[in-house]
Amino acid sequence: MDMVVEAGIIKQHLIDPEICIRCNTCEATCPVNAITHDDNNYVVRADVCNGCMACISPCPTGSIDNWRTMPLVRAYTIEEQLTWEELPAELSPEELEAAGVSGASAEAAEAPAQTQAQAAAEATEPVFNSAQYGASVPPWSAAHAYTNLFPPKTPTTATVVGNFNCTEAGFDSETHHIVLDFGVVPFPVLEGQSIGIVPPGVDAIGKRHHARQYSVASPRNGERPGYNNVSLTVKRVTEDHEGDPVRGVCSNYVCDLKVGDTVQVVGPFGSSFLMPNHPKSHIVMICTGTGSAPMRAMTEWRRRLRKSGKFEGGKLMLFFGARTQQELPYFGPLQSLPKDFIDINFAFSRTAGQPKRYVQDLMRERAADLAALLKDGASHFYVCGLKSMEEGVVLALCDVAKEAGLDWDTVGAALKREGRLHLETY
Amino acid sequence: MSTINYSEKIPNNVNLGEDRTLQRALEGWQPNFINWWDDVGPEGSTNHDVYLRTAVSVDPQGWAQFGHVKMRDYRWGIFLNPGDANREVHFGDHKGEKVWQDVPGEHRANLRRIIVTQGDTEPASVEQQRHLGLTAPSMYDLRNLFQINVEEGRHLWAMVYLLQKHFGRDGREEADALLQRTSGDANNPRILGAFNEKTPDWLAFFMFTYFTDRDGKFQLAALAESAFDPLARTTKFMLTEEAHHMFVGESGVSRVIARTAQVMNELKTDDAQKIRAAGCIDLGTIQRYLNFHYSVTIDLFGADQSSNAAIFYSSGLKGRYEEGKRDDDHVLKGQTYKVLEVRDGQLVEKDVPMLNALNEVLRDDFIKDSVSGVGRWNKVLEKAGIPTRLVVPHKAFNRQIGALAGIKMSPEGRVVSEVEWAAKRDEWLPSSEDFAFVASLMGRVIEPGKFAGWIAPPVMGINRQPVDFEYVRFG
Repeated sequence: MDMVVEAGIIKQHLIDPEICIRCNTCEATCPVNAITHDDNNYVVRADVCNGCMACISPCPTGSIDNWRTMPLVRAYTIEEQLTWEELPAELSPEELEAAGVSGASAEAAEAPAQTQAQAAAEATEPVFNSAQYGASVPPWSAAHAYTNLFPPKTPTTATVVGNFNCTEAGFDSETHHIVLDFGVVPFPVLEGQSIGIVPPGVDAIGKRHHARQYSVASPRNGERPGYNNVSLTVKRVTEDHEGDPVRGVCSNYVCDLKVGDTVQVVGPFGSSFLMPNHPKSHIVMICTGTGSAPMRAMTEWRRRLRKSGKFEGGKLMLFFGARTQQELPYFGPLQSLPKDFIDINFAFSRTAGQPKRYVQDLMRERAADLAALLKDGASHFYVCGLKSMEEGVVLALCDVAKEAGLDWDTVGAALKREGRLHLETY
Repeated sequence: MSTINYSEKIPNNVNLGEDRTLQRALEGWQPNFINWWDDVGPEGSTNHDVYLRTAVSVDPQGWAQFGHVKMRDYRWGIFLNPGDANREVHFGDHKGEKVWQDVPGEHRANLRRIIVTQGDTEPASVEQQRHLGLTAPSMYDLRNLFQINVEEGRHLWAMVYLLQKHFGRDGREEADALLQRTSGDANNPRILGAFNEKTPDWLAFFMFTYFTDRDGKFQLAALAESAFDPLARTTKFMLTEEAHHMFVGESGVSRVIARTAQVMNELKTDDAQKIRAAGCIDLGTIQRYLNFHYSVTIDLFGADQSSNAAIFYSSGLKGRYEEGKRDDDHVLKGQTYKVLEVRDGQLVEKDVPMLNALNEVLRDDFIKDSVSGVGRWNKVLEKAGIPTRLVVPHKAFNRQIGALAGIKMSPEGRVVSEVEWAAKRDEWLPSSEDFAFVASLMGRVIEPGKFAGWIAPPVMGINRQPVDFEYVRFG
């Protein structure tokens, strides 16, 4: 499974001017006033729309349910939209790439909108839309992130200086820990950011492969502190979402790299899924599989800070899910971390003879501790892993809040507004 | 969330159970409503399960719930949008005062009149459309017709609730009278002319829902500004339902045009007779239907100069379309507006006091909105490479109300003689031959996913269902 992290792209909400009848229902129902109109068109403000989908089912025409993957900086303005007579086509992969968006991240951006639309369509009850709580701003104390230093048109080169299997060998879901060194080329990254790797060669139709994005698994001062290097957590893709055999183009390339090989790298990407620097801030990390990469990066940075005496008691809590213990990346190293440093909770969904347990089940078991953290404005929540976990995790947080007598609407909105709940699923 | 109580005989979100007298009064009116529905509601539809949209709450997630329901079991309820305790009157002489939760005595007669007139239009369209179910061009269209019918029925309820809650015995009598009048009845017709016109075929139905339901949008939008808060909240919610009605009209005509354009291209002809022979409605007929429905509908806005309109505005009963978005003083005293009149055989503009011209202001807002929709129909022709364009006729064409009533005028706005009018009438308005031709196309098509030959399928289904979804299950 390739790790995908947002890179300044959005799924922009648009209204089809050819189908819209200008009835004003969407503008009247939008809870955040994202919709406006002139004599010609009804349009959505990209910087205001939060994808809450409140406008979708009341629209009598279906014209409102249109989404386009766009680099944030190139999002269609309302002035542009007001002049439209028809919807513009999706940007081509080449146009997206030229704007610094790789195919993998574009697909990832697509997922939330589709899932939300489906959920809204199928709902008979009011829809719980987990994505609406995800923050688009970093925590206030996060360090400044550099992005797009090497866009897809001008990648840089890194040298492989390590490649280790970080799951138990022999399992299908083999996951590798790769270390890349940039030598003297500036490549500053923060925990939670990602980089893109361009696999060599061309695809089936003879086009150059686009970059695949992977979260950085090392802290800001490098896998080897003081050197200009980063590590990645890459799972070898051997089957697709339906379970049919497929060979992941980039994941297999990366997993098979040898020390001394060079790779083409783009990035770094991501400016909101960043950790707080405030020494009393708490971090709750919820992940599955290679979603552990940013969690490892944050944990390791905190561990180094603590070792150097620069940290003052912010709590770390980890909920980590996998099918089996053998498939858990970093299982061994995690076990050796002191209990008073990090509170680790493992969920295994396929352990023989054991009931299936998912991260949200563990979260409900730890409701008392999570409730205390939800009440504390210094707490930050990070969710990274498979898309299917996202709703369950946010619902669990919502239930924990409600059981503790908190108003989730208030708490959820604050988490989003203050950059304290980050969702990164694929 | 403002949830609607469906356990009560009359679903509502207005705590009806706490007002026993009102509850009894409405429950007494309800059997008469059902009788009216059985008598003049959609013909031959009693056992159909229709994929209807029903509101379970008035917030975005709740008011568009879809499921198969028998129309007689549709929960015609009383739903008000959530109120705002601090809402103030924002136009007229009472500007800045708190809005009214009860009817002020001095405005009682006018408010009742406004509500009765609005209420009268709602069942009228059900009556006008009664027979259309038997000639639907598709199951999808049949469902849309039924959706409109049940919602018009609900809108009647909305007005009846206001009458019975706020207008005592007078209100109850007016509510009863709403069920006694019938569209087109020579002895006891509906109050407004357009609602006594026949809707003889589906092209007329689409034109009606495009133009006349758009009149509904503008009237409801003006009432949604009202200082009488229950009226404002009720009409706000009605507007959300009205949108679907306009959609049926706009997309319906658009699909007729698309099909005609397709056949014109296939046959490489613009000859009306050849197009008719191919089972499609020629663009000339569509233009004549448009001329008729447009001119009848703009009469609904009333006289171009009206002291009632001034009183309704100044006393805060009825605002302008999007009153809150306008940046004038919202009192309008001393301002003027241009209206048309005929002088020496020529149309001329003259300035009249703005307050007296508010019907004209609303009519002009409607015209602007209608014209842009016609522009969207023309896009269909443009895309198909057909040079013909549809146009709305002149504002003074075929008017029966106001200073322009009875003036003979060409669609382009030229004053014409009685003789010329008589000679050209059938070029400008649908003739009996047009009606007969369109009627000849009206055969019933109700197999899922199939469409009559004179109309194109829609671009997408209702509630994102497939176009061949079983929208109506015939019992």
